[in-house]
Amino acid sequence: MQIIKDREIIEDQWLHLDEEDADLVIGDITIPLSRWQAEHESLIKHNGKLGLRLSGDDPLEEIIPDLEHFDLIVLVFPAFTDGRCYSFARLLRDRYHYQGEIRAQGDILRDQLYYMTQCGINSFEMADSEYLADALSAFDDFSENYQATALNPDPLYRRR
Amino acid sequence: MYQYDEYDQAMVDQRVEQYRDQTRRFLAGELTEEQFRPLRLMNGLYVQIHAPMLRVAVPYGLMSSRQVRKIADISRRYDKGYVHFTTRQNFQLNWPALETVPDILAELASVQMHAIQSSGNCIRNTTSDQLAGINANEIEDPRPWCEIIRQWSTFHPEFAYLPRKFKIAVIGGDEDRAATQLHDIGLHIVKNNEGEVGFEVFVGGGLGRTPILGKQIRPFLEKKDLLSYLEAILRVYNRLGRRDNKYKARIKITVREHGINHIRELVEAEWVQIREQLELDDKEVERVKKHFTEPDYDLTASDDESFAKMQANDAAFAAWVKQNVVEHKIAGYKAVYISLKSPSLPPGDVTADQLDIIADLADEFSLGEVRSTHNQNLLLSDVKQGDLYALWCQLKSNNLATANMNTLTDIICCPGLDFCGLANATSIPLAKEINERFDDLDYLYDLGDIKIKMSGCMNGCAHQSVGHIGILGVDKKGEEWYQFTLGGSSEEDASLGQRLGRAIPKDRVVDTVATLIDVFKELRYEDELFLQTVRRVGVDPFKERVYADN
Repeated sequence: MQIIKDREIIEDQWLHLDEEDADLVIGDITIPLSRWQAEHESLIKHNGKLGLRLSGDDPLEEIIPDLEHFDLIVLVFPAFTDGRCYSFARLLRDRYHYQGEIRAQGDILRDQLYYMTQCGINSFEMADSEYLADALSAFDDFSENYQATALNPDPLYRRR
Repeated sequence: MYQYDEYDQAMVDQRVEQYRDQTRRFLAGELTEEQFRPLRLMNGLYVQIHAPMLRVAVPYGLMSSRQVRKIADISRRYDKGYVHFTTRQNFQLNWPALETVPDILAELASVQMHAIQSSGNCIRNTTSDQLAGINANEIEDPRPWCEIIRQWSTFHPEFAYLPRKFKIAVIGGDEDRAATQLHDIGLHIVKNNEGEVGFEVFVGGGLGRTPILGKQIRPFLEKKDLLSYLEAILRVYNRLGRRDNKYKARIKITVREHGINHIRELVEAEWVQIREQLELDDKEVERVKKHFTEPDYDLTASDDESFAKMQANDAAFAAWVKQNVVEHKIAGYKAVYISLKSPSLPPGDVTADQLDIIADLADEFSLGEVRSTHNQNLLLSDVKQGDLYALWCQLKSNNLATANMNTLTDIICCPGLDFCGLANATSIPLAKEINERFDDLDYLYDLGDIKIKMSGCMNGCAHQSVGHIGILGVDKKGEEWYQFTLGGSSEEDASLGQRLGRAIPKDRVVDTVATLIDVFKELRYEDELFLQTVRRVGVDPFKERVYADN
C-alpha cells in the first residue's frame, strides 16, 4: 500500500504481523508489544528490520530499553479522537531520543497530520488513501507554532 | 490589551484558511459528519436545534471597542442582530449558516479575534477576573499570564485530542470572580513567605453531572515554571484520563479515581523532565506585560464633585451606582457593570445596536475597552467618577442600566431547550418570569446578594451546583421538572449546593423561588446574606416550607 513518509508518497515495504501469524516471514516486519515480549529471543535474530506496534494502552516506558532493536515504531490510533499517542510520539523523540521512523496507523485523517508531525511522527498510513496527494498540503497548514515541538525544541517565545 | 504581532496574525489567518478548506471538503462529501465534527468544534461551531451555534473566544474577557463594533457588524450580517455572552467570557452567535462560518472567522481575524478551541476536547479559552489590573486587592495583574497561557494552549499539537474539554482560569489575588475552583486548572497568584509572587495551582474542579471543587496540587509555583507545570499536568491527563466513558473523562474524575497525591507525584515527575526546556524567560514575560501597562490615568479625577452631587439629586442614579459601580484602584475612577439582565432580553444577550453604543461609550468614557464577565454581564473598567452620570444617562436610554448586579434577577442562565440540543428543559423563559416577578428594585436591594444559576440540563453550563439558589432542569417522562439546590458558591468560599428535595414542576418554579425568599426573610439575622443564612440554618427550614403543601 501507499503511505506518506517524510512528506512524500511511497510504497510501503513493511509487513505488519498479528498475534496469529505463526511464522516469521523474511523481510521487514512489525509486531505488537505482546509478541515482542513473548518472542524477544527469536525476534532479535530475525533476518530483516523490526518494527514495534504500540497503542495508547501499552506501557511506553517499559519498552524504552529495547528501542535500539526497532527501526520503526508504529503508533496505533483506534479512533482519531484518541490523542494518547501524540504524547507517546513526543516522549519518544524528546525524552528518549528515538531517531527511527515513527508511524501513525489506524484512523488517520488529513486534518491530524500537522499536529502529528509536530509531535515527531514522520510517516502516515492514511485511513482513506483516496485523497493521499491532497493530504500532502496539510503539512503546511501553519508556518509557526507557539510551542516547543519535536521538530523545533525552542518555543516561539525564544525566537521572537 | 494584547496586540497581535505578525506571528499571532499569521496563525489566526492560516487557521481561517484551514477551516475554509475543511468546510469545503465537508460540503463536497469528502469528510463525513463524524470526521468534520471535531474540526468544526475546535473552531467553535456546534450544531444545535434550530441552527449551528458559533462560540467565539474572548480571551480572558477583554475586547477593544473596535472588536465590539465588529461583533455587532457580524451579528447583523451573518446572524439575527444579537449575541449571547457565556459564563466563560465568550460570546455565541445562535443562527449562523454553516457555509458562512469561514467568512465570519475571517472577519474576526481582521480584528485579532478567533473561535479557536472554543469547543471540543482541547484546551479552551483561558478566563480571568473582570477586575484584573484595576483592583486594589490583587497581588498582580493576571492578564499577562492569561495571554502567555493563551499562546501556549493555542494549537498545542500534543493536546488537541484530550479525553475531554479542559478549562483554565487565572486570578490575581484572594478574591475569586472567575470560579477558578470549578476549572480543570485554577491558578491563583499568591505571595509566599519570602515575599515572592507565584501561583497556587488547583486541579480537577468542574461542574456538570459530577460537580467537584478543585484540589490544590501545588501551593507555590514559580512564575517562570508556569508553562512547564501546565504541560506536565496536561501530559499526565492526556495519557491517564479515561476515554471509555465521556462522563468520566474530565480530569476531575482522573483526580478522584487516582487520588490527588498520586496525580501530584506523576505531574511532578513529568515536570522535572521538562522544566528547563520550557522555562519562561524575562524577555518574553516583559514582552507580554508591555501590552498591559497602566494607562495614563488622570490623577485629578478624584477632584470631581459632581458625582456626589448627582447621587444626592437623583435616587435612580444613586441606586445604579450602589449596585452596578465598583471601586477602582485609582482614586476618582470606577468600574461600571453593564447589566445584560434586563427583563426584556434573555440573560447574557445583547443586541447589535446596543453593542455599537457600548463601543462608543467605551471610547468616550473608558479607554476604548470592554470586558465580559463570568456572570454574563459587561464591564467598562476605567470610568472617571465625573463621567458616571453622563454614562448612566446613555446606558439608561439604551436599556443597559438595569441596576441589578448580584441581585436575585442577575441570573446566570444557559440557553436551555429554546436553543441547545443537549437541554432537557427551558431556562430562559423562567429567568424572564423570575425577572418579572421580582421587578421591585428596592425589594431586591433589601434582599442583598443572591445568585440564582439555572441550567437546562445536567451538563450544568449555568453552574447551578454553585448557585446560592441552583435550578437544574430535568426531563421526567417528557415533562420539564426542576431540581433545586441551596448554598452553593463559586467564589473564594466555593462550595457545592445541597439538594432541596424532589424536583418541582415548571409552573411551580417561580413560586418556589418566592417561598425560598420568604423563608430567608423570616430567618435572616439583621443584614445577613442569603448564602450566610443557608449556611447557618441548613436547607431543612427551606425544605419544610417548599414541600409543605404536598
